[in-house]
Amino acid sequence: MLSATVPPPVTSPSLPRPRGPVSAAVLDALRGGPVRVDVSGADPYGDDVQLALHCCYELHYRGFDGVDDDLEWDPALLAVRGDLERLFLAALRADVEAGADVAAEVDALLVEPVGPDVGGVSHHLRRDGELWQLREYVVHRSIYHLKEADPQAWVIPRLPGPAKAALVTVEHDEYGGGDPDRMHARLFADMMRELGLDDSYGHYVDSVPAETLAEVNLMSMCGLRRSLRGALVGQFAAVELTSSPGSQRLVRAMRRLGCGPAAIAFYDEHVEADAVHEQIIRRGVLGPLLAAEPGLAADVVFGIRAYLHLGDRLGERLLDCWSRGASSLRGDTVGA
Amino acid sequence: MPAERREVVLTEEGPVLVSGPVEIVLPDGRRVTADRPVNALCLCRRSRRYPICDTSHRTRTREDS
Repeated sequence: MLSATVPPPVTSPSLPRPRGPVSAAVLDALRGGPVRVDVSGADPYGDDVQLALHCCYELHYRGFDGVDDDLEWDPALLAVRGDLERLFLAALRADVEAGADVAAEVDALLVEPVGPDVGGVSHHLRRDGELWQLREYVVHRSIYHLKEADPQAWVIPRLPGPAKAALVTVEHDEYGGGDPDRMHARLFADMMRELGLDDSYGHYVDSVPAETLAEVNLMSMCGLRRSLRGALVGQFAAVELTSSPGSQRLVRAMRRLGCGPAAIAFYDEHVEADAVHEQIIRRGVLGPLLAAEPGLAADVVFGIRAYLHLGDRLGERLLDCWSRGASSLRGDTVGA
Repeated sequence: MPAERREVVLTEEGPVLVSGPVEIVLPDGRRVTADRPVNALCLCRRSRRYPICDTSHRTRTREDS
């Protein structure tokens, strides 16, 4: 478990290309320029805002090549991040119906729609997805999975005892139970290489649209802001409750398309792992958390619905592009 | 002998939760290992990965156009 395999040297990703005035101003600030960012009037779901947010958050994860690590705590940049978050959060609060019945929300997620007309990306990939679409799907997912479980790790110190212990049980599993070769981020990287994709951290940020960045930005926002800890737990619950059947469909898609063992292994692992995680999240995290802090129920529901809302937006983009035979990525960067 | 009793949780709707690592012996003598800290074992017999739960116990709703 602690055997001394020498890891490759850690590298930070390069700065991405700007997508508008807001992201261009944030990128200038990251290069050491003055912080002059005006977010007023920007589209909260658009490429410009979502890339700017992604860059602000990445300072808290792996940073960027050539960017001062201490900019993570630069007051002016943190103020920009705050402005971007207020914009994003206001849009989500407006677009997501409020509720506080966590049990009903969970029950709804545990009902599995079946039949030939069920929509959704994993259903499409299982039924008649093509290999280039599957590879694009993996590119979109790489923004999260190459740091799988990291955004949720921010919430650990913010949870009361029993909920913390249960959440760490799930996180420990995501991190391979102590075995770096079984870390889910590592299994994902293995799959990417087998599919002929570049597994270096952040490689595909320039290729993915706002919809992809927004999903991960929601996780980072809720993880980094203690006031949104309930929403983070809701977001995590929504992933763990819906992942197992979705992963099974992706295993079937990979097998049908003749993918190799590493590609199948990633989603195969998630069928069984997330069947367990569902139980731990419901019994160990949600139950004790809401018993200790009943006031968080509305935020838990918000986290679930906001994540599903952003997932729907991404799914619509993928299926819309693919139905026209077009790439869902920005530019032809994968050579699929 | 283990000093502490192990916990086995019977869920109402689905699997039994067993702390691992654990070895499961099937009726035909086959042995399956489950090494997670918590393992979900199928009781409904619908799992395609029996004896490991794959959430096949979930309620399904048919969606037709």
